[in-house]
Amino acid sequence: MSENITKESIIKEENCVYKRTNLLVDKALSYCPGCGHGTAHRLLMEVLEEMNIQSETIGIAPVGCAVLAYEFLDIDMQQAAHGRAPAVATAVKRLMPEKFVFTYQGDGDLAAIGTAETIHACNRGENITIIFINNGIYGMTGGQMAPTTLPGMKSSTSPYGREVETMGNPLKMTELVAQLPGTYYVTRQSVHTPGNVRKAKKALRKAMENQKLNKGLSFVEIVSNCNSGWKMTPVQSNKWMEENMFPFYPLGDIKVPVE
Amino acid sequence: MAKVKGEIVINIERCKGCVLCVAACNEQVIAMSKEVNGKGYHYAETVNENCTGCTNCAVLCPDGVITVYRVKI
Repeated sequence: MSENITKESIIKEENCVYKRTNLLVDKALSYCPGCGHGTAHRLLMEVLEEMNIQSETIGIAPVGCAVLAYEFLDIDMQQAAHGRAPAVATAVKRLMPEKFVFTYQGDGDLAAIGTAETIHACNRGENITIIFINNGIYGMTGGQMAPTTLPGMKSSTSPYGREVETMGNPLKMTELVAQLPGTYYVTRQSVHTPGNVRKAKKALRKAMENQKLNKGLSFVEIVSNCNSGWKMTPVQSNKWMEENMFPFYPLGDIKVPVE
Repeated sequence: MAKVKGEIVINIERCKGCVLCVAACNEQVIAMSKEVNGKGYHYAETVNENCTGCTNCAVLCPDGVITVYRVKI
């Protein structure tokens, strides 16, 4: 029987088990080959599609590599000034409490210029979802050192590695906001293996569903690679991330709602 | 023995040749082409018939260029 199975007989609409979601615009993503942003965009859109809330969702795009997110995500989007996405999201959510509101920010946006907005939005417990893509450097501007750069990690502005004595310590934003009473669900995920992608999708789903319950802020950090900025191939950068980023930024739930 | 058979379709013009799918496939179905696409990337292509339709390559692909089909046999 198995001899009769041809390629053509398998490739049919009814046998399709996975395809790119229609909520991503049919356009080539502007990200570098192997960048985790593309995967994170797709997961988010899959979650919105599964919850069937694409017409009720407003996304806030950051400044950084994902500044053009509104070009790719087929939902209502607003682009915020650098770091101010949580403040814009606060306004959108307060004016339209029935909408689902998320911000999508990188580490230069959320953890450097937008630290105040992020911490205060988390502390107020705004009923929004913050998605934080952490790749340890400023990817878009050429791989400069960010607050999240690891000790000893080379970047274009720390070519001999980050020295903690002169350049300070890396900032663990996710652990920081988990201590605030306003946050409801805080987790750290990654998108570098199929298993981690599936876990990250579950976390994003939970974060969006929390908005229905009006409980407070959900904060999802996605540790991602920046192979161009790290000067590695995508496969090497994922390996480097596992060996160096995860010991400092351990994956898993940091604050889970008490049932 | 495998009771399922899968097949993937790759949108080669959108593939950026990051090779993540090759590393994700347990059956070594995917390899990079010798030719390049319109953007100059060596794109992913299937090299054998062992696909089980597990979708690992497709969920990992940052550009979502892989569509997966699966049938029970």
